[in-house]
Amino acid sequence: MYILVAGGGKVGFHLAQELLDGNNEVLVIERDPARAAQVADEIGDSVMAGDSCEATTLDAAGVSRADLVAAVTGDDEDNLVICEIARRRGVPRTIARINNPKNELLFKKRGIETTISATQAVLAQIEQELPTHDVIPLLQLHSGLELIEIKIPATSPAAGRSIRDVLLPPESLISLIVDPAGMPRLPGGDTRLNSGDSLVVVTHKESLPMLREVLIGSTHGLDT
Amino acid sequence: MGCGRLGARIAANLDAAGHTVTVLDVLQTSFRRLPETFRGTTAVGNGIDGPVLERAGIREMDAFIAVTQGDNRNYFASQMAREVYGVKRVLCRIYDPVREQIFRELGLETFSPTSLGAQIMVDMLLGEAAPRR
Repeated sequence: MYILVAGGGKVGFHLAQELLDGNNEVLVIERDPARAAQVADEIGDSVMAGDSCEATTLDAAGVSRADLVAAVTGDDEDNLVICEIARRRGVPRTIARINNPKNELLFKKRGIETTISATQAVLAQIEQELPTHDVIPLLQLHSGLELIEIKIPATSPAAGRSIRDVLLPPESLISLIVDPAGMPRLPGGDTRLNSGDSLVVVTHKESLPMLREVLIGSTHGLDT
Repeated sequence: MGCGRLGARIAANLDAAGHTVTVLDVLQTSFRRLPETFRGTTAVGNGIDGPVLERAGIREMDAFIAVTQGDNRNYFASQMAREVYGVKRVLCRIYDPVREQIFRELGLETFSPTSLGAQIMVDMLLGEAAPRR
């Protein structure tokens, strides 16, 4: 594969090293000539000094024959522009690093599906360890769906009721129930939800507030 | 977004024409460029940040104009205004003519002072030179 790495900072540099170890053809594009020279000392001639946001730089790097462009600079606006230009030049796959997790929505709206956010990743880890947090994001699926974990509190309007009697929001499915003793069960319509059960649920982002209301109750207002 | 010479002038003209204008800039001192007669609102913050745009009232805006010094910032903020907040008219300045063309093809209303300025200067020069021949 021919992979263009836009941004020769720590992320870009280590990424390039790994990709080169995997026998890919790699070119790192770094705006700061001094930094580009530094990276070149480490990985040889797989570096080019230039501004990846300039279409002419990307063209000189042979962007149109690239199989993948990874935009990993420290600026979200630059990463968006790099991905946009690369796609206009026919690159089949673009990956963007996102520094501000709030920007993820715009990348998705622009059709750049693969985004990586270190902030988001650390946040997800922290949230998994916070026992008071009522909704734990587990995994982002495609088209706005995600896998989450919800623990049923004693005050839940759903506690003691069977699944068929609980009105779940659209695109939501209880996929697994783990009881307080740690026993997993596959849920059916007759399965009763008990206080202390942990539910693994597939849901749509936009259905989350309603899901929380149905399974936890409206008194809980914590954001995920 | 961006209260440089161009941003301040656009804001002042729109304000004078009777529109409700909010000017956004990262530096409070940039608002010095606005005339004393300016009746609009000023907001300090970075326009590529969603919450900042929301505080500036992006959801109620009929139009958004991005004229900071950064082409990519202008592009990013314009797409936020359009795609995330549904602003109907979004205009942005892009210095780099190559990028300007790409962004225009992606559906933004862009203008490049570089292309326009070059054309005007060439016209001025050749227009003056012509009678001497």
